[in-house]
Amino acid sequence: MIRKQLRIAIITTVSFTVITGVVYPLAVTGLGQLLFPGKANGSLIKEKGKIIGSELIGQPFTDPKYFWGRLSATGPYPYNAGASSGSNLGPLNQALLDGAKKRVADLKAADPQNTQVIPVDLVTASGSGLDPNISVAAALYQVDRVARSRNLTKEQVRSLVNQRIEGRQLGFLGEPRVNVLMLNLALDDIQQSPEAK
Amino acid sequence: MTTNGIFQLLFYLAALILLAKPLGAFMSRVYQRQKTFLDPVFGPVERLIYRLSRINPDEEMDWKENAVAFLMFNFVGLIIVYGLQRLQQLLPLNPQGLGAVSPDSSFNTAISFATNTNWQGYGGETTMSYLTQMLGLTVQNFVSAASGMAVLVLFIRALARHSATTLGNFWVDLTRSTLYILMPLAVIVALVLISQGSVQNFSAYASASLLQPTTDTSGAKVTEQLIAMGPAASQIAIKQLGTNGGGFFNVNSSHPYENPTPFSNFLEMLSILLIAGALCYTLGAMVGDTRQGWALLAAMTIILVVGIFAAYHYESAGNPKFDSLGVDQHTTAINPGGNMEGKEVRLGIANSALWATVTTAASNGSVNAMHDSFTPMGGLVPLVMMQLGEVVFGGVGSGLYGMLVFVIVAVFVAGLLVGRTPEYLGHKIEAYEMKMASLLILIMPLTVLGLTALAVITSAGTSSILNPSAHGFSEVLYTFTSQGNNNGSAFAGLNANTPFYNITGGLAMLISRYWLAVPTLALGGSLVRKKLIPAGEGTLPTHTPLFIFWLIAVVLIVGALNFFPALALGPIVEHFMMIQ
Repeated sequence: MIRKQLRIAIITTVSFTVITGVVYPLAVTGLGQLLFPGKANGSLIKEKGKIIGSELIGQPFTDPKYFWGRLSATGPYPYNAGASSGSNLGPLNQALLDGAKKRVADLKAADPQNTQVIPVDLVTASGSGLDPNISVAAALYQVDRVARSRNLTKEQVRSLVNQRIEGRQLGFLGEPRVNVLMLNLALDDIQQSPEAK
Repeated sequence: MTTNGIFQLLFYLAALILLAKPLGAFMSRVYQRQKTFLDPVFGPVERLIYRLSRINPDEEMDWKENAVAFLMFNFVGLIIVYGLQRLQQLLPLNPQGLGAVSPDSSFNTAISFATNTNWQGYGGETTMSYLTQMLGLTVQNFVSAASGMAVLVLFIRALARHSATTLGNFWVDLTRSTLYILMPLAVIVALVLISQGSVQNFSAYASASLLQPTTDTSGAKVTEQLIAMGPAASQIAIKQLGTNGGGFFNVNSSHPYENPTPFSNFLEMLSILLIAGALCYTLGAMVGDTRQGWALLAAMTIILVVGIFAAYHYESAGNPKFDSLGVDQHTTAINPGGNMEGKEVRLGIANSALWATVTTAASNGSVNAMHDSFTPMGGLVPLVMMQLGEVVFGGVGSGLYGMLVFVIVAVFVAGLLVGRTPEYLGHKIEAYEMKMASLLILIMPLTVLGLTALAVITSAGTSSILNPSAHGFSEVLYTFTSQGNNNGSAFAGLNANTPFYNITGGLAMLISRYWLAVPTLALGGSLVRKKLIPAGEGTLPTHTPLFIFWLIAVVLIVGALNFFPALALGPIVEHFMMIQ
């Protein structure tokens, strides 16, 4: 009984390896590449043939003229999309509170006049370490600083943020949000064009 | 908690329950080898598999032969996954040149994927070649799920039959589960995921110029961002549908390439419970009384709903330690608020709490947020969901056969209370059945608590802990609860990729899968022989609201009695430390 079943086990395993391990992923790859080539390849953003990022993957920002994203716990550098990671810090861990305190201090140092309360997503690390988004509140919090650093008016920057708000999908799924990298690219764009100043 | 958040939770539950009947009815046709609309596509493949492996699909086997078939099949899979990891550096489809995986990690991962656990001590994008992911892990995602479904169907036949000896043919149920149920659903889900932005390619990792260069931990300037690629969508689809849960990338479905949008998130969550829920209907259809299936689905759903709202409540409330920092945790239309550590903005609090509950109610274990960073009570919910024995939906197949064992216990205890002969679906429950059921219920807590105790008294166990104090204990308890229930999610701060955790965890996964599946088949082998007892005045009906609540009570009391002391040392004490 054991030998017979073992023989069947080996042959079926080989069969299923071919069907589910080779045919299935190759068929899905073929269909995916045919139907959604940009997305299947990572929604990469290219400029003059060079990859400058992905629409879905965040980048680290600390310069006052850019909007900042979530904290990132990836190593050895933040937003390393070759080694995704969360902080895994528990809610009472001093390291978590220290990280949040440091972020609060950095945000205040870059924008001393700002007296608004800081939205929580700006002082916490995302699960992936690659979160491309911040909340709308977190973007609006940073409008004054970005406008001042770029010699733009608050209205110009705020309207740019408003244009870039992604609402809930199908009207109710998920949370409204702003893509930080796309917003920063758009900021750089308007300053390169002549009508910006 | 917001109105929109609650609406998202209810919408999810409605979709899940509405799909149970159509999919459940379809699966009952598949398992009874009736005609389906997929026959023209998969019929020839099915017949080819039978011909190559010389299986006679009309030949039925008793429980022992089926158990041997199940064990042999899983054993062969385990060897292959181990071998692929150890040899991947010599094999093709390894554009990043990843080296051989260590022996203890390979041992743990091979068991993990063969047992439908998908515990991951490693990070996908830094450890596994594309070939290992496909030929090893994706294949086991399909067949470990199909194995669980096959064992369940064999057990259902035992309940549907009387005065018989055979339960069906494991190989036929395995093959039909894979081809007619898992494969078509996986193709659909994978393509929708790609449409949302999940990657599916064989390229080397991309390198992007950072808009603002950064520095690494050593202070060196970094101008390029490495972006991992790979055939991810095809694996994610089956990891969810088969309640496997093993991520393509380290952070699983919080990774934007695994779970790019709120809609992909909804679809993945639906996939986690879809088959497990629908199998309740399949049970009802196959035993000729669909009310029996609805009753079990109702019991599972009630426990699930309590868990979902508890997790959502505590995660929305946020972390009181942040209040003094001038941080806004209040939920408004433009601020998600709540405990956002370890969560993604696009998904928000409601979807993260929902996912955490769903993935642990099922023995799925994929995550879209880091459970280790949940509030103490928010993290207690996933722990409890697993500690109930993965019977609230549970793994595809294994969850329902686990719940049926609880049904037998519930019927027996009710019988004792009122002095009636315990019976279920016309089968008399006797000493042998109760021995098997008690064994099944006791093995899990013994494994989980025994290994947790071992870990916290040895330095090999405690040196892996990340978070101090009570939370560190929760990390260890979570690790063995997860592996001892074939779940696979983690309080990932604990460094589980050490020989100690790889080996103890591997043993926990082996025990919880095979030491439960084989006695379940033995139980089936005993039930199938029983003469039909026609329902009489003394019969306790097992489809009424009264029985549903009785079953819930039995599940909760057994779970609570086993684990309350351990929970008190971990999340409960941490909760009081947090609010003081």
